[in-house]
Amino acid sequence: MAQQLSTTPATAIDGDDSLLIAGRRLRSRLLLGSGGFPSLELLADAIAASGSELVTVALRRIDPQARGSLIDVLAEAGVELLPNTAGCRTARDAILTARLAREAFATDWVKLEVIGDEDTLLPDTGELLQAAEALVAEGFVVLPYTTDDPVLARRLVDVGCAAVMPLGSPIGSGMGIRNPYNIALIRDAVSVPVVLDAGVGTASDAALAMELGCDAVMAASAIARAQDPVRMAHAMRAAVEGGRLARTAGRIPRRSYAVASTSEQGLAEFG
Amino acid sequence: MILLNGGASDLRAGVTVAVALAQLGVELDARGVAVAVDGEVVPRAGWESFTLAEDARVEVLTAMQGG
Repeated sequence: MAQQLSTTPATAIDGDDSLLIAGRRLRSRLLLGSGGFPSLELLADAIAASGSELVTVALRRIDPQARGSLIDVLAEAGVELLPNTAGCRTARDAILTARLAREAFATDWVKLEVIGDEDTLLPDTGELLQAAEALVAEGFVVLPYTTDDPVLARRLVDVGCAAVMPLGSPIGSGMGIRNPYNIALIRDAVSVPVVLDAGVGTASDAALAMELGCDAVMAASAIARAQDPVRMAHAMRAAVEGGRLARTAGRIPRRSYAVASTSEQGLAEFG
Repeated sequence: MILLNGGASDLRAGVTVAVALAQLGVELDARGVAVAVDGEVVPRAGWESFTLAEDARVEVLTAMQGG
């Protein structure tokens, strides 16, 4: 029975400290969403500034009039694409969307999203678990967007998910991590990578996620809708790196009273 | 009537998925495209042989910015 939340990383920190998800090694711990960028050129610049190696894409009806190819932009940037099931409301739709993504992009990876509420875009956890189990059985590498519930996170790992992606707060809300304690509990509850998803508003949110023990952070709106998306992509990159360094450095405990940082030995007495 | 990406089409029953794709200007070697007919994936290898029923619902999807 654990008595304290862990404050140090579960994994060794020597070497290049890269992130391992389902056997794939990622040097960047920042995942980028491709949604919301005003242009593909700006997306390309933000990808470069973020250092991210994994970028999400959605699957939508083809538009014969569309200009520019998202796939070409991502290929040119040298990143892997991570298809999502954004917009799906049922396990059935999410499963079919994942199968179509596998067909379209020749990847077994899927960021599984099953939305249960229109206003908060919170996950439908029952449908999510059902879809996750079915997709794992079909050989998918499943990264589920989930609530900040440690028990559900464990259930998702039990059915074979390769990582869990708990929300900090609702998608696009920019409200940061509303329940840091739960995120830390999730980190301790599962052995797969924890990727903080949704709610990140600014760099300090990303740093906090890493300090809480998350293995990576996913940012989308926070970068795409910033006044200067490329600058914010750079800020997120630095924050994720800083938070990871702080986590692995081992922070000092919080105390209610001061602890002098200067010794009193040799202190002059002025009568 | 065959529905192509949610819209009415003048496709006749018996045409292949490849014909439906041509209506959208999608080539058979297009990258990043997937097709579902009536809620089932039609793999690329079957695009030229899979024929559409009179009331088929065809979805032709590709990567869009998201997430």
